[in-house]
Amino acid sequence: MAENVYILGITMTKFGKHADKDVVDLGAEAAMGALADAGVTMREMGILAAGNLMNASSGFGQQLQKQIGQTGIPVYNVANACATGATALRTVIMAVKSGEVDYGLAVGVEKLAGAGLLGGGGTAKTDGKVWSPKGRYGAVAPTDGRIGTDAMPGTFAQVGMEYGHKYGGASFELFAKISEKNHAHSTLNPLAAYSKRFTLEEIMGDMMIAYPNTRPMCSANCDGGAAAVVVSEAKLRTLSLEQQRRAIKISASVLTTDPYEEACQILPNVNTLTRNAAKIAYEQAGVGPEDLDLVELHDCFATAELVHYDNLMLCPEGGAVDFFNSGAPWRDGSTPVNVSGGLQSKGHPISATGIANVWEVCHHLRGEAGPRQIEGAKVGLAHVIGLGSACGVHVLEKSAA
Amino acid sequence: MTDTAAAPTQVPLVQYLVLGDRPHLVANQCTSCGARFFDRRNACAGCFGTTFEPVDVATDGEVRAFTIVTFAAPGVPVPFVSAIIDCDGTSVRGNIVNTAPDPEHVTLGMRVRLTTISLGTDDNGTEAIGFGFEPA
Repeated sequence: MAENVYILGITMTKFGKHADKDVVDLGAEAAMGALADAGVTMREMGILAAGNLMNASSGFGQQLQKQIGQTGIPVYNVANACATGATALRTVIMAVKSGEVDYGLAVGVEKLAGAGLLGGGGTAKTDGKVWSPKGRYGAVAPTDGRIGTDAMPGTFAQVGMEYGHKYGGASFELFAKISEKNHAHSTLNPLAAYSKRFTLEEIMGDMMIAYPNTRPMCSANCDGGAAAVVVSEAKLRTLSLEQQRRAIKISASVLTTDPYEEACQILPNVNTLTRNAAKIAYEQAGVGPEDLDLVELHDCFATAELVHYDNLMLCPEGGAVDFFNSGAPWRDGSTPVNVSGGLQSKGHPISATGIANVWEVCHHLRGEAGPRQIEGAKVGLAHVIGLGSACGVHVLEKSAA
Repeated sequence: MTDTAAAPTQVPLVQYLVLGDRPHLVANQCTSCGARFFDRRNACAGCFGTTFEPVDVATDGEVRAFTIVTFAAPGVPVPFVSAIIDCDGTSVRGNIVNTAPDPEHVTLGMRVRLTTISLGTDDNGTEAIGFGFEPA
């Protein structure tokens, strides 16, 4: 029987613009914050997993070690699109669970403020052109904008519209209302990049990016870092009662990719791999969606949040619109979703996201979330999607100790 | 079209677009499980089979999902409508063309058909031809 593993310390930096800090500064701030929160040092760490997607070949983990402590431990530099942070965390969890190490540190950092649109590629042809086929489709010109869209806002818009086509009821106004919820939640989160409440009219009347996603319905590119210290249960039992009390049990840690289905290479299918991850996670944790006190899910766009209510089985299949309209995902509802403000307001520094959402859940389970505390929270779920695709799901439980 | 030797030639935007009297898309179909792919293949992502045959994809279809892109990467003209079309069981990505790019004119479930679009000629006089879907 593999050992239980716990989050001993976890932190996120303020998300937003950090013009005066580079990725090592932000990574160091997050890592040292997590170590301090855990009450341990780099000396105890047996493994470091580090993610920084925009510089994925730079050896970010080693750069971080040089800044906060070089002890010769193995570094795993990971890259998995928007699931990079969750992948770093899961790498460390696997190492601790295997019994190879007692402690591990996972760090995710991104600097994205002002990065603009991600995913699209529309390089104009130069003068003196000759059509010549390139790439796997033999394209003689860039296809983004000529054969649909490559960029994220439109891709995820289509994901939400597809759900609407299948089950009905998913209007522009409904998607905007989801965004209204998350922006309202963000007003209680001092670490969010944006913590301004918007009216529904303001959201619907803002600049259209890719119908039905207007600007406030898109995740905010920003800078930020997050880090977590993971510990084995055997080691945790040797630590102080206070450390044991604040430790959060990782009841499930799952990473999936999308299995082949018709159309999945045409429009990324973010549904099946999420549903698969959720099924495995609920089974591992021995809890069901009805047991969750809060959920942080990957609302990279308002259109994405809707489909994940269903994929995470927070509602019956096809029932996401009714689930939202019932008020369930508001912070005073039956299954609060994205009480942090979600990626639409908290921000989405890609590699930090998959640890920051775990931090949010831990914060509530520890009863340390201040004005936005979900009272009595005992079980929570954190979900991320990296397009391509990778899905990370972690189920976390308040320590019994 | 002229029948002189100097007639301008055409190239498709992508190799899976077949030009001619009846323009259509062609997919690589796995001979084992029938999965269809538009790029060159090493093996089938569904069943790992390694033999494929080219098949014509239906030119009529139904809009299963769409978005109206009004903000795009530099060099990409906006607005345009990106859509996922169900062409008789084969999903295809393409733009909706020859109609206004707004939610009054583009709707989920609307019937569309393949059409071709000139992308201009290069320095050798070769014309590139793209495709889109127009209301049927």
